[in-house]
Amino acid sequence: MPADAASPPVPAVDRRPHALRSAIEEPAWVRAILITIGLAFIGLFLVLPLTSVFVEALRKGLAAYFDALATPDALAAIRLTLLVAAIAVPCNLVFGVVAAWAIAKFEFPGKSILITFIDLPFSVSPVVAGLIYVLLFGAHGWLGPWLREHDIQIIFAVPGIVLATIFVTFPFVARELIPLMQEQGTEEEEAALSLGASGWQTFWYVTLPNIKWALLYGVLLCNARAMGEFGAVSVVSGHIRGLTNTMPLHVEILYNEYNFVGAFAVASLLAFLALVTLILKSLLEWRYGHELALPRR
Amino acid sequence: MTMSRRLPLAAAVLAVAVAGNGPAGAQTTLLNVSYDPTREFYQEYNAAFAKLWKEKTGADVQIRMSHGGSGKQARSVIDGLPADVVTLALAGDVDELAKRGLLKPDWQTRLPDNSAPYTSTIVFLVRKGNPKAIQDWPDLVRQGIQVITPNPKTSGGARWNYLAAWGYVLQQPGGTPEKAREFVTQLYRNVPVLDTGARGSTTTFVQRRIGDVFLSWENEALLAIKELGPGEVDIVVPSISILAEPSVAVVDANVERNKTREIAAAYLGNLYSPESQELIARHFFRPRLPEVLARHQAQFPPLRLFTIDEVFGGWEKAQSEHFADGAIFDQIYQAGPR
Repeated sequence: MPADAASPPVPAVDRRPHALRSAIEEPAWVRAILITIGLAFIGLFLVLPLTSVFVEALRKGLAAYFDALATPDALAAIRLTLLVAAIAVPCNLVFGVVAAWAIAKFEFPGKSILITFIDLPFSVSPVVAGLIYVLLFGAHGWLGPWLREHDIQIIFAVPGIVLATIFVTFPFVARELIPLMQEQGTEEEEAALSLGASGWQTFWYVTLPNIKWALLYGVLLCNARAMGEFGAVSVVSGHIRGLTNTMPLHVEILYNEYNFVGAFAVASLLAFLALVTLILKSLLEWRYGHELALPRR
Repeated sequence: MTMSRRLPLAAAVLAVAVAGNGPAGAQTTLLNVSYDPTREFYQEYNAAFAKLWKEKTGADVQIRMSHGGSGKQARSVIDGLPADVVTLALAGDVDELAKRGLLKPDWQTRLPDNSAPYTSTIVFLVRKGNPKAIQDWPDLVRQGIQVITPNPKTSGGARWNYLAAWGYVLQQPGGTPEKAREFVTQLYRNVPVLDTGARGSTTTFVQRRIGDVFLSWENEALLAIKELGPGEVDIVVPSISILAEPSVAVVDANVERNKTREIAAAYLGNLYSPESQELIARHFFRPRLPEVLARHQAQFPPLRLFTIDEVFGGWEKAQSEHFADGAIFDQIYQAGPR
């Protein structure tokens, strides 16, 4: 009996470390299956569609590809997209830093409301974002008659596209900075101030170096979205060829005109932009991961 | 640091963009807000008109285009899209502009032929060889037939489709509004997707290969065959259809502001010249000039056509009876789709 009672604990002791190990190290075949599923999923839903964009774009050869990009309308769309991003991204950069600074370093009434408002564009459909501006600045909108009297065109022109883009890309920079700055606390700034630095010096020499990589990360995401936004911009654009068509809108137009090479050529530029963003983003995460917000959302 | 490095870059991008947008010399710009299927035609017509205008007056003109579903485009002009001229799918959409004071109520009498320099009609596009043997309107309500047509709320073409089907029943011996309503209800039961514009529907039918029959503008159908090759789809001309009169008009309020009335009027007036009518026929719209139509007889088989005034008492009436909020289309479509 004692021998019987003693024998079971032996395999039990053996089993425990084995069980612990297997929780971390799955058998080879399980790992193989999981990895295959993961890779197949990425291949099917990311790599394949992306590749097909480039394949379609190059279907009639490199010459046709560059011809499609060199048409005046395509160039105008590229210029407009760059212009819109060049205005919207710096605006959101300044706003994002200011808002994150205020929220992370100071206590004030209405702070949680401000945070909620910053997140609003994430939860509002882009179509609504566009319609807001039509209701505000349209000929029959609140400010429409006044704008018309003063010959100011907001929607169906570049200003409206910029406004809509700023709206949808509004949270990216602030959202990236707030958790990081909250985590960093205010000790370093307090030390700087107690050593006689002015507020501006404190920001420039203490706060900014601490957040620079997170800031760059936010700007990157903000830029990608600013260049790629379709819905909100579509509502306020008016679709005037060569004037108010951004790249995403131009892709749709070309596609609808049976110009598949042209459509996918412009689309490939957008896809290329996405790839560059992705690579830069991964580089930042890999190299400066500890300086980006550690407790990620 | 990040900021100071970015700013010159942003400034450079801005400078390039602005420099690129500036016009080279003083020239008039005209904005033509149109509907979907006219893209290819106006592309060519604009170039021809710019040349003509240069020869006539020595001045340069640049014509900008905006295309989309007809109703949506009218909406944009109402909201402030500064169109000098509109070339929309139907008079009803131009009437909407007139209602809001953008142009005078008598706009339709200013140009010949009800201000419609070209016409079209509704035909059927079917898969190559017509595997479902679709010949005429009654075939569309057979069980298991999938019909592709855009949303009449947003698309002018779709309203013509709807009215063509309705009118077909009324034109039959013993046709009553009740029978027409039942027929159209059944027809929309066979519609799997409602796109917002005619071009979107063409893509649904031809590219995505959804549906058995596509109710299409004749010009869209002919264009789709030309662009995509004859091996894909066939055209079936029904026994009777509606005469679609896409309207063109100068937008008074905007040309006053832009000081472009003269050139805008010339732009539309020139659509009736023999050269333009020939161009119209080559882009698959039915020209108004009989001699041009005769030259293209093979492309435009004769069929019985009824007008919206004859059967529905004009756009205004058709619009409020059929397409307004809560009107017949809303009733049958809410009851209809699976």
